[in-house]
Amino acid sequence: MHKPSLPLATLALALLLPLSAQAHKMWMVPSATNVAGTDPWVTVDAAISNDLFYPDHHPASLESLVITAPDGQTAKPEHAVTGQYRSVFDVHLTQPGTWKLALVSQGLFASYELNGEKRRWRGDADALATAIPAGAKQVVVTESANRVETFVSNGKPNDTALKPTGVGLELVPVTHVTDLVAGEPASFRLLLDGKPAAGAKVTAIAGATRYRNAQEEITATTGADGGFSLTWPHAGMYWVNAGVEGGKPHAKQASRRRAAYSATLEVLPE
Amino acid sequence: MRYLLTPLLLLTTAVPAAAMAADLNLTVQIPAPQVAEVHRPYVAVWIEREDRSVAAQLAVWYAQKESKEGAGTKWLPELRQWWRRGGRELSMPVDGVSGATRPAGQHQLRFKDGQAPLGTLAPGKYVLVVEAAREVGGREAVRLPFAWPAASPQHLSAQGGSELGAITLDINP
Repeated sequence: MHKPSLPLATLALALLLPLSAQAHKMWMVPSATNVAGTDPWVTVDAAISNDLFYPDHHPASLESLVITAPDGQTAKPEHAVTGQYRSVFDVHLTQPGTWKLALVSQGLFASYELNGEKRRWRGDADALATAIPAGAKQVVVTESANRVETFVSNGKPNDTALKPTGVGLELVPVTHVTDLVAGEPASFRLLLDGKPAAGAKVTAIAGATRYRNAQEEITATTGADGGFSLTWPHAGMYWVNAGVEGGKPHAKQASRRRAAYSATLEVLPE
Repeated sequence: MRYLLTPLLLLTTAVPAAAMAADLNLTVQIPAPQVAEVHRPYVAVWIEREDRSVAAQLAVWYAQKESKEGAGTKWLPELRQWWRRGGRELSMPVDGVSGATRPAGQHQLRFKDGQAPLGTLAPGKYVLVVEAAREVGGREAVRLPFAWPAASPQHLSAQGGSELGAITLDINP
């Protein structure tokens, strides 16, 4: 098999992300989540790795980067570069309020048998029609929606950029996402396609996993309204992740759908 | 953290209490750090209600020098509690509240009832908070609970351990 191009490789990893605890984790880490002053910037790492937050496996593709400014408008990254293990970009925080940085990907994943051999394919809906040979059997097409986010507040936080888009799995803050403190419970709601995602397992893992022997996950399960609460045992950058199977596929060829969400959230000491 | 509450009886003065405006006299000690690279700390002083909402912003000292990034305001979030408890809602500078950083030593601040920045506090329980954060140093917050108004003069004190020294609060009814 030839080496896939970067976006496809990223997508493939994204497709594998949600339902396996062993899977690689995609993440962004901003240099700060609370900034001030008259000309604030943050610089952000984006990568896919097992250890948090060490870029040692694959860079995240910035083709899927969507930056939402505090007024709800889309903003552009600055100084973006993709290296061997990580992508890096800066955000010039030209407005006060909360900025949402998101890597948003959607794609199709097909498995089938051809002449008794199992085969797999990944790509987009347009390519699918010609991708699967006529004689293929046991064709299963899964649609994936993956969203990886982090947040930065310049001065006083606001909620405009945090409004859900209604596509895939999304986090709606009850406790503000840049206002998290060790030892204090934080509440959120998880939505699938804009509706409460009930009964979903949410895990949170603090960074610096290299310097301890266990993942030390904290977990929660969403209630009927999609609500869940996490109490951070200590300060740090946390990777919060949830994955569900369900929701209606947008591609008519797809019979299954997976949606995954992860966010890097900073928890400060009291 | 240790609190020393020493109610004093006002026996020696003949001035009726009603003739004196209630006030808060605060002393903030900034210790002299024994390090080669010394920066004056950023310091914030505010009063919290029991639900930890801010009743009054009393002082914030930060670097005033001009820079493209904004005259020292870039680092105000380092005063973590203050930032979260309302510092980020303020637009610097704030008249009568914000000022330049101060050197090591004792700093006296006096706040009068009914006058900015203390204003008028509703009767109740409060906490005076002093928070300090120093470049290439540490961060510390010292909390001093008090009741307002005081029936008699109160002398309260607490001791910081690193970025702050002795904090004393004298409340006159």
